Amino acid sequence: MIPEIGEFSLIIALCLSVILAIIPMYGATVNNSLWMSFARPLARGQFCFMLISFLCLTYAFAIDDFSVAYVANHSNSKLPIQFKLSAVWGGHEGSLLLWGFILSSWTLAVSIFSKSIPLDMLARVLSVMGMIAIGFLAFMLFTSSPFGRYLPSFPADGADLNPLLQDFGLIVHPPMLYMGYVGFSVAFAFAIAALLSGRLDAAWARWSRPWTNVAWAFLGGGITLGSWWAYYELGWGGWWFWDPVENASLMPWLVGTALVHSLAATEKRGVFKSWTVLLAIFAFSLSLLGTFLVRSGVLTSVHAFASDPERGLFILILLIISIGGSLTLYAFKAPNVKSSAQFALFSRETLVLINNVFLTVMAMTVLLGTLYPLLLDALGGGKISVGPPYFNAVFVPIMSCMAIFMGASMSIRWRQTTTKNILQTLWKPFIGSLIIGVIFPFVYGNGFDSKVFLGISISCWVLSTTMLEFVQKFRHSSKYLTRLRKLSLSYYGMMLAHLGVAVVAVGITLVSVYSEERDMRMQAGDKVELSGYQFEFQGTKIVEGANYKADQGTLVVSSNGQQIAVLKPEKRQYTVKKSMMTEADIDPNLWRDLYVALGEPLDEAGTAWAVRIHYKPFVRWLWLGGLLMTLGGLLTVADKRYRHKFGVQNG
Amino acid sequence: MLYKVISLQILIGLCFCFSSFNLLAAIGVYEFKDETKQLRFQQLTAELRCPKCQNQNLADSNAEIAQDLRTKVYQMLQAEKADAEIIEYMLARYGEFVLYKPRLTLQTALLWYGPFLLLAFGIIIIGFILRQRAKTFTEVNKNTLPSVDNKKLAALLNPTEDKK
Amino acid sequence: MARMWLFLPVLLFFILGGLLWKGLGIDPKILPSALINQTFPNFKLESLKTDSKMLTRADLIGKPVLVNVWATWCPACRQEHAQLLQIANSKQIPIIGLNYKDERESALTWLEQLDNPYKFNIYDHDGMLGLDLGVYGAPETYLLDKNGIIQYRHVGVLTAETWQQLQELIHAL
Repeated sequence: MIPEIGEFSLIIALCLSVILAIIPMYGATVNNSLWMSFARPLARGQFCFMLISFLCLTYAFAIDDFSVAYVANHSNSKLPIQFKLSAVWGGHEGSLLLWGFILSSWTLAVSIFSKSIPLDMLARVLSVMGMIAIGFLAFMLFTSSPFGRYLPSFPADGADLNPLLQDFGLIVHPPMLYMGYVGFSVAFAFAIAALLSGRLDAAWARWSRPWTNVAWAFLGGGITLGSWWAYYELGWGGWWFWDPVENASLMPWLVGTALVHSLAATEKRGVFKSWTVLLAIFAFSLSLLGTFLVRSGVLTSVHAFASDPERGLFILILLIISIGGSLTLYAFKAPNVKSSAQFALFSRETLVLINNVFLTVMAMTVLLGTLYPLLLDALGGGKISVGPPYFNAVFVPIMSCMAIFMGASMSIRWRQTTTKNILQTLWKPFIGSLIIGVIFPFVYGNGFDSKVFLGISISCWVLSTTMLEFVQKFRHSSKYLTRLRKLSLSYYGMMLAHLGVAVVAVGITLVSVYSEERDMRMQAGDKVELSGYQFEFQGTKIVEGANYKADQGTLVVSSNGQQIAVLKPEKRQYTVKKSMMTEADIDPNLWRDLYVALGEPLDEAGTAWAVRIHYKPFVRWLWLGGLLMTLGGLLTVADKRYRHKFGVQNG
Repeated sequence: MLYKVISLQILIGLCFCFSSFNLLAAIGVYEFKDETKQLRFQQLTAELRCPKCQNQNLADSNAEIAQDLRTKVYQMLQAEKADAEIIEYMLARYGEFVLYKPRLTLQTALLWYGPFLLLAFGIIIIGFILRQRAKTFTEVNKNTLPSVDNKKLAALLNPTEDKK
Repeated sequence: MARMWLFLPVLLFFILGGLLWKGLGIDPKILPSALINQTFPNFKLESLKTDSKMLTRADLIGKPVLVNVWATWCPACRQEHAQLLQIANSKQIPIIGLNYKDERESALTWLEQLDNPYKFNIYDHDGMLGLDLGVYGAPETYLLDKNGIIQYRHVGVLTAETWQQLQELIHAL
């Protein structure tokens, strides 16, 4: 009964989104405020039914209702409860339901936190979000309902969740990532509403900005979590694989980053309006494209969903209608947008523009690399692969160039700065960064290394220019505390996010250059030294978990005769799926990770094992930086500017 | 082997289709006498794609074919073959697909040069925009306030400007 | 003129959409052989049945043959076995087995139990011929012309439809 209620709620939610997509939009067109006012209650109703539907599926998982096909395929009675509940989004259908549920939550949030927005704008925004909901709900109901039953006979127990997903990562990563993906739908809806109403101004930018920043922060957080998860769970010690699925999340993030900056310029200075709108459309389009790539089976990826061409076709049609439609609308409406504000050659506007070009080109590079094998194949050019070496060769140089401009932009004012001024403020950090970049590899490593030089210089450059900008705020003031308090939260958010970039740059550089790894054959009592740490293998024993058995190895790590950690990597066999999994063990700290994974036994008796040991310096800085960016993004939204009622005014 | 994976997936209705082979990190024990060979081995196995896996390099994949090919790379390195020869060996058998770093040919020219062309294009466009803007900017400023320091003026007009 | 530029994103997107639509029909997991139009790699391996007899490429040359890569550990090979027997019975083309990374005894039992569609079997115990041939997963089936040049490769279960296609190719030889 409960699953049917869930299915039925989905149908009602679909009906409500159809009404939401039509009535308020029509009301806004003919200026009928009664019809426009339907938007808010409809958004709320839609949310309620999505919530019911979501809870129904969660309930089916909680009580092990294996008559529901999706539950039977993704759960098992022995699965620990926290994984049962997160198994709700452990597969295609359920994760799509999560997508829809988050979309309706964003719609609800817009309808609540929009007191200051004129009714016609709100009506259009919510209508556009209703249209997106129609697409996804229809997709769910027609091709991938999670509520389908195995009737009359259903399995006695479930097939179990994929062991890789039985992890804390599954609980937090997908919801966070989807919050980001779907969050860009709000920016998209605002952009479409602005194009339709012809009111593309600074006020529009101000309304849409907090939503965009939050979505961007969530997406960044989701990517960071995903990278961390892949790092410890896959047992390969890698943190970014340039896999299509990862790229699918990186592309909207890059365009989103451009959008966040361009929106800031639009809000403050009234420039780049038409470009900002295009970016908002791009960001969401890339989210949708990512969904298509991950779920249609056109690309091979380690972590794609089960593929089905029929589903692929459905999403492709959705994609063509929504993206094609919005880009066409843009092409017709954008010429009406006039930018009136002026700025000089040396101004922050210019640098925002440059940063936008770089970020967009970076996103397009990822897109090109991800789709090229597919496109070439479709054109009959044969099968090729595009992988990490390509991206490292093309993406990284462009990214480095961008970071140089990024540092410079901090000290340059809006509208106009003199060349003399720029040189005066920037020459010291510039020279300083270069010097540190040269010295660092000598101190930390054993000699000059061009990659380290570049990475550390860039990081210092971003760090020092950011700090310099901060310090200059106090140059003419002795009341530090009042000054500190007077700086807005969004200013602190920006600082934090930029510092995050510097931290990530350190992490990427050092972990790529100074990592060491060794695959060894080890027997109990064997010792090996890696990067100044001694690892002693003490053999394996058999341990049992709730739904798996494992061989657990013990390695004692010591440094200079001092024991610093005992690592217990496992090789698990999950009883239901009979699948093997490597569970690495890590001794983490801020400066380095010691990462150990257990391979296969190498002899019959099981005394000798293949063991992989990694030394990963500064790897935590990657996620620390990602976290800083996320926090920065969230902080900007807490700014009190966005909590006040404001009319159309230029800040 | 290919079908071993696929039929397993159908059997257990995997949705995230990590095939059961992939769950296990591939750890092979290859002893190298000198460090450069070890590094070359790591680099080569990272840049060569396992021909039957979802999307994994030879180093990470635990599929049987990947193990065979890793061993082959090891043997060829021990036989003092150059990197180019090893890559040539793989190419002859599995085609361009095995290279994670596609070779520059007419077909991949767009892949390799596309991003840089796009960047150049973007910068040219910016150049145009800036020239136009800067022209109107100086004109406007000359006409209205010829002798005032623009920066100071901006600060005066807009005291909150520095709050981002 | 400036207006036309604004249609560029739509245009590019529709081109992309078209290619993606075409891409939906392509299975990214199927690889064409790199050895098409090349001679079958040289080898010197034992026959599955007797240890004494050594087989070489010369044994495949003379008239068109199918080379079927199989192993007892491969469930899909069992699936296609009936089809192979049918082809063998039709006497249109001889099938030569390439027993890939398998144990001799279990392979012989398999042939005894399931019947033998193969004219003879090459016993590639360590998979080295498979490697030279670019095999990436059993079963695979290769069509060779009378000069031992590889004309076609099929990866996966040989179904009745694939056999239809193969027949056309064989007639064209």
